[in-house]
Amino acid sequence: MKKYYLGIDLGSTTSKAVIIDDNDQIIGRGITNTRANYKVAADIAKEEAIYDARFTLLTNRLKDDIESKPEFKIYMNDIRNVFKYRQFKRRMDKLEDKLKETVQDYSYDNKEEIATEIHAIIEIIRPTIKNEFINQDLGSKNQFFRDIVSERYNSEVGKADKSLYEPLMLAFDKSITPVENEMISFNFKELVDESMKILDKKYKGLVDTPKDGVVEDWYFAEFNSVKDNYKAVEATLRDHIDSIAEENIHIANMVGTGYGRALLPFPENCIKSEILCHAFGAHAVFPNTRTVLDIGGQDTKAIQVDSRGLVTSFHMNDRCAAGCGRYLGYIADEFGISLNELGPEAMNADKETTICSTCTVFAGAEVKELLHNGEKRPNILAGLHKAIVQRAMSLIARSGGVREEFTFTGGVARNQAVLKYVKQMVTDSYGDITMNIHTDSIFMGALGGAMFARRNIEVELPSKNEKIT
Amino acid sequence: MAKNAQKEKSMILQKEMVEGLFNDLANAKELGKKVCYTFIPGNLSELIQTFDMLPVYPEINALQNAMRKKSRAYIREAEKNAHSEDVCTYVKCDVGMMMKGNIGPTGQQLPEPDVLLLSYTGCFTFLKWFETLKREYPNAKVILVHTPYQENGEITAEMTQYMTKQFKEEVIPQMEKVTGIKYDEDKLKRILALSAEAEDWITKIFDTTKHKPSPIDAYFAGVYYIGPINIGFRGTQKAIDYYKELYNEILLRIEKGQGPITPEGEMKEEKYRLVVEGPPNWTSFREFWKIFYDLGAVIVASSYTKVGGVYDYGWRHDPKRPLETLAEYCMNCYTNMNIPQRIELLKKCIVDYEADGYITNSIKSCNSFSAGQLGMMREIEDSLEVPVGFIESDLVDPRYFSYSNIKNRLESYFQMLEQRKKMETESV
Repeated sequence: MKKYYLGIDLGSTTSKAVIIDDNDQIIGRGITNTRANYKVAADIAKEEAIYDARFTLLTNRLKDDIESKPEFKIYMNDIRNVFKYRQFKRRMDKLEDKLKETVQDYSYDNKEEIATEIHAIIEIIRPTIKNEFINQDLGSKNQFFRDIVSERYNSEVGKADKSLYEPLMLAFDKSITPVENEMISFNFKELVDESMKILDKKYKGLVDTPKDGVVEDWYFAEFNSVKDNYKAVEATLRDHIDSIAEENIHIANMVGTGYGRALLPFPENCIKSEILCHAFGAHAVFPNTRTVLDIGGQDTKAIQVDSRGLVTSFHMNDRCAAGCGRYLGYIADEFGISLNELGPEAMNADKETTICSTCTVFAGAEVKELLHNGEKRPNILAGLHKAIVQRAMSLIARSGGVREEFTFTGGVARNQAVLKYVKQMVTDSYGDITMNIHTDSIFMGALGGAMFARRNIEVELPSKNEKIT
Repeated sequence: MAKNAQKEKSMILQKEMVEGLFNDLANAKELGKKVCYTFIPGNLSELIQTFDMLPVYPEINALQNAMRKKSRAYIREAEKNAHSEDVCTYVKCDVGMMMKGNIGPTGQQLPEPDVLLLSYTGCFTFLKWFETLKREYPNAKVILVHTPYQENGEITAEMTQYMTKQFKEEVIPQMEKVTGIKYDEDKLKRILALSAEAEDWITKIFDTTKHKPSPIDAYFAGVYYIGPINIGFRGTQKAIDYYKELYNEILLRIEKGQGPITPEGEMKEEKYRLVVEGPPNWTSFREFWKIFYDLGAVIVASSYTKVGGVYDYGWRHDPKRPLETLAEYCMNCYTNMNIPQRIELLKKCIVDYEADGYITNSIKSCNSFSAGQLGMMREIEDSLEVPVGFIESDLVDPRYFSYSNIKNRLESYFQMLEQRKKMETESV
């Protein structure tokens, strides 16, 4: 039986899981938002990673087809999105029930009116979200249930009668947390079947001329091939899906890390510091790495590693969050935009406004003042991003500076503007250094954890012989 | 059981000594004794005894108050009276205590100072501290000695001369005036001889960490061990008796192969041997210590236990040169050494006591210690290739001790040590 190893990184903002095989190759990734119930967050991340692993196994089996036939490539991409939609839908159903239940308990006089409004909102957002999953790749955007629903729900509430605003928001706040903290079990095969049905409908309904604006030749080629050949893909998939669904993803060992690691229901020797894990993960992906900068939700770490990926020294911030991801989260809230929009908007700046405040909370006040004075939003955002990186640079200096290859990890490494200033400032301070950033940067801690798990296989786990479905 | 009684005897002795001092202080007037406020670094204990005065150490009161959870209220009191957030928390704790009636850590009244003796000027805060106290106690006589910094890594004859001149022309005449007692050099010489003996003993005690497992923790228990020699008993037979007793207890532990005693009993397994730079945190002293002993870490040497004197290179008070030796003592305290000297001393500790790692506890409000700490750490890491760790806390302000942050860092640090140890044994 093949053995797999699991690493879970329970961060303050997101929980990540990575599954690797015996060759340290990543076969599954899972990510979710960290919530009040840490165990649920860890379990969801792990389940996600296992589903992802099954898709990876499936993709590996169909490798030749995917490489040679565009319809396979499109289908495999689509099915993952739709699969995510089916998961989303189960939780959405629960949320709808919970919202109704919450309103039933209300003592408002206009209870019925509120219930009707909620029903109307759900009727609007359900198909919108479905469409985004099925036709617009929402599943690949790493957005979490809470974010997806609340963004659309809030927007609809904004359009509703003002007198309903408070009860509608209250209903959502009261309902989302229990729904989010509930563990929902899915059956992989069932979800795949449902997804295939949806795709069947989607491809059957394709009209000959795609929407405006999409005019590249390759698009027509791929479009036509999937329209004509999706049945063949379906048939091939059916040949494999049973065995893939039943494949025992045997987790031989696991290691938990991250801010909340002490709360993970793992044996003590399966818990490792995130500093070691991030360094080990980053070093595995980029073996010449000697300095790792990790900017996470609530901490920033500058880590020095040796040629084996072992930490030689590290420096972390504490006492202040101004150099962390949470700072960006706070700023996004201040501007009323989503976290994902911050970086792109900052990239449109023509200069960086100097932000004096080094405090997350005070920066909010400073931003308001600057806006009032007519500063452009992208310029302010650019200044804020630069401020974060300046803080990180001071940590790097304290940890011993950048000597050789440098790798940037953590959720914040996905932010283009942060990346820009990291590159700029590392080069300014340390010269021409090779700098690595990977699409998996947010998973580095979990990857390091999984790699440690593979190296400590003697550890006995209570769940070692359990089959994970 | 005899064994237990023996273990505790030194602790009982120390307790009696401290209680006795505070009792005397509470009754200073009745005893007809003059009171001298002074600081631990460069403390002229022998001279104070020569003039039959009683010593009060403001920073010791501050840390004792912190260990008894009283510092928060005192600091608040001082801040209410316009002491900035950035002022040394020892100062604020002390000032706050004074404002609330100068009741000492033991609950007894502390006497007002007759003398404010500043015999170490390496810490600029000390100067400001006594300026504040002078305003509170306008009748106190301020005696200030300028202590030259070991800028070039040495104590020259000129530096010693410069200081003895101050002793002769300023300190001694002032003390004579305040106490009405004539300076008696023979008495001072007798006291100095006893000081040297206590210094021999404490050096032997801190040297026992060469054993594996180390029988003592040279930081968390070390801060108790340095009590008598620093707080006015250096130069008394009592101190010698205490150190002899302690040494014998430690020898017994070595014989039995025992590790250090912690608040939760004997440490079972010595996994890591560390050298620590910087003072401990006092407000959460027990929790702080627990993080170390829970993970099997023992401190084999610390710079903090050298604040009252560096005896590692064989320097001792010399009764033959009474004033010169006092001058050298003042200039020889740890924070009066220049940075390269400190690095050499710490490196010697790491090598001599076979430490696995080096940790800096950076103190928010202590400039004397914090200045240069990062550079020292880098230098030590580079030259000895020893794993280094950096944590941050404060002396006596509980607001600056974050248990989870410190624990998180130390856990990471110890896992890093373990991993490196493992790899090193594997590659051998």
